Amino acid sequence: MHLASLSLLNFRNHNEISLQFDKRIVCFTGANGSGKTNLLDAVYYLAFCKSYFNPADHQIINHTEALMVVQGTFDDNNEELKIYCGLKRGQRKIFKKNGREYDRLSDHIGLISAVMISPTDHFLISGGSEDRRRFLDSVISMQDRSYLENLIAYNRFLLQRNSLLRSFAERNYFDEASIEVWDMQLSQVADVIHLKRKEFITSFATVFSDIYSQIGATREIPTLNYESPLEQGSAQEILTQNMQRDRMAGTTTSGIHKDDIEFQLDGFPLKKFASQGQQKTFLLSLKIAQYYWLKAANGGNPILLLDDIFEKLDNTRVERLFNLVASDNFGQVFITDTDAKRIKKAFLQTNIEPQFIPIV
Amino acid sequence: MNFSSKIVEQAVDEFAKLPGVGRKTAFRFVVHLLKKDRSELSAFAHSLLKLKEETRECKLCHNITETDICSICASPRRDRKTLMVVEDIRDMLAIESTEQFTGLYHLLGGVISPIDGIGPSDITAQHLMQRVQEEGFSELIMALRTTIEGDTTNFYLYKKLRRPGLKITTIARGVAIGGELEYADEITLGRSILHRLEYENTLTK
Ligand SMILES: [Zn+2]
Repeated sequence: MHLASLSLLNFRNHNEISLQFDKRIVCFTGANGSGKTNLLDAVYYLAFCKSYFNPADHQIINHTEALMVVQGTFDDNNEELKIYCGLKRGQRKIFKKNGREYDRLSDHIGLISAVMISPTDHFLISGGSEDRRRFLDSVISMQDRSYLENLIAYNRFLLQRNSLLRSFAERNYFDEASIEVWDMQLSQVADVIHLKRKEFITSFATVFSDIYSQIGATREIPTLNYESPLEQGSAQEILTQNMQRDRMAGTTTSGIHKDDIEFQLDGFPLKKFASQGQQKTFLLSLKIAQYYWLKAANGGNPILLLDDIFEKLDNTRVERLFNLVASDNFGQVFITDTDAKRIKKAFLQTNIEPQFIPIV
Repeated sequence: MNFSSKIVEQAVDEFAKLPGVGRKTAFRFVVHLLKKDRSELSAFAHSLLKLKEETRECKLCHNITETDICSICASPRRDRKTLMVVEDIRDMLAIESTEQFTGLYHLLGGVISPIDGIGPSDITAQHLMQRVQEEGFSELIMALRTTIEGDTTNFYLYKKLRRPGLKITTIARGVAIGGELEYADEITLGRSILHRLEYENTLTK
């Protein structure tokens, strides 16, 4: 999948911009605030029907305007694929493929795969377990639609079960038959999700540590530890064990909604003991591993979006990263930086000549 | 919208409470009614009042009726061995319009949904259990919507109602658009009634 052209109308700070991409590696250069990152976000938007940075759609429309349009023409194995997204303030967004509107946005997701790597990814380390779970879930569900369906069902079952527990607690009452039906359905999907997460992390970790050593060129050993209450027993067992606690708390205290991945470097928690450069390398490796995963699942090269890549990363590591993305393992790559010379220099060792697009 | 009359505003507020009616449409209704003469309006108002005063729930199936027992339950032509469990009158009418079902109905009046404060005692589940005890059905067809809550209610009822000699089936899944029987077209719905599945076989999938 290759993005041949992108045109934006009132997308964030861009009133009107139309760009053609003729190289595999494209660099947007320009001062801070010129909107380089927004261009990457527009590509991301075409793939996922939402912004990477800002979940609220109405904030994506340039604040003085009523309508925004993102359009991209992709080359998909020599077939032209036109994706259109239009959004009017106060109305639902419209996504079209080759002029035909999708019935559901979810039908579009998965058609174009892309991975964004941005300084904001640091929340994966600094944030709570829900951030890491969301990362995990997004990678798995890109290649497994039934996983996503199970996840949606789980969340709904959980919401209902918690509501029931809360009403029991409030009314000082308990009805086993009522909670039982939710438990049985909840645990059925929970076991499936748990198994899938476990399998996924095992194979993902191998790919990940490989990339870490390529970019970091060190002997440090990075690990991803899957932590789940379901490692102690089946979902039904966990629910039964915690029934008293759940009744007291008026909520489901244990289950896959408490899962986490612990990041470690040489056996120590990354968050506390690693340097900023090591943390950045860790994140980069996670995201590149995500890239490989999508690639294997979709059978094509996802688009890689590298935002502000020199931030907190020394030039040697950036060069190793560029060496990696210049290889045939990667498809189209979009990079942003304030300094075109710095990027040119970092690409010198590769045989690749990037396309430079100054953004003013 | 700013109304010069409090009474007009009140009427608009009432119409706007109807499902799918916004304030703009409500205002159009009110303007339309204002043009009618007194006798017409009186008949209109009367029919609204009669809705509550002169209708009641069928003592057997909870369908809306003017007599103790509704015309379906009272009909000698209905197959009294087969009972279909639906959520409400809209779903029942959707099934009736297929002309593929000749048994009796039981209207639950809702599905179990703790978020909405609806538990088994807020729907007619208890009465359904009693009917199954007393009326000797040979088949029970679960025709609730295929939402998380509809599925859970099916499951709850199945656990409560299964017994030797009673076949529990469900109409084919994914048949109704968005899980709403009301919107399914008659032919697909009719077909799914004919090709219903043993409920037990739809579990653990
Ligand atoms: Zn009746």
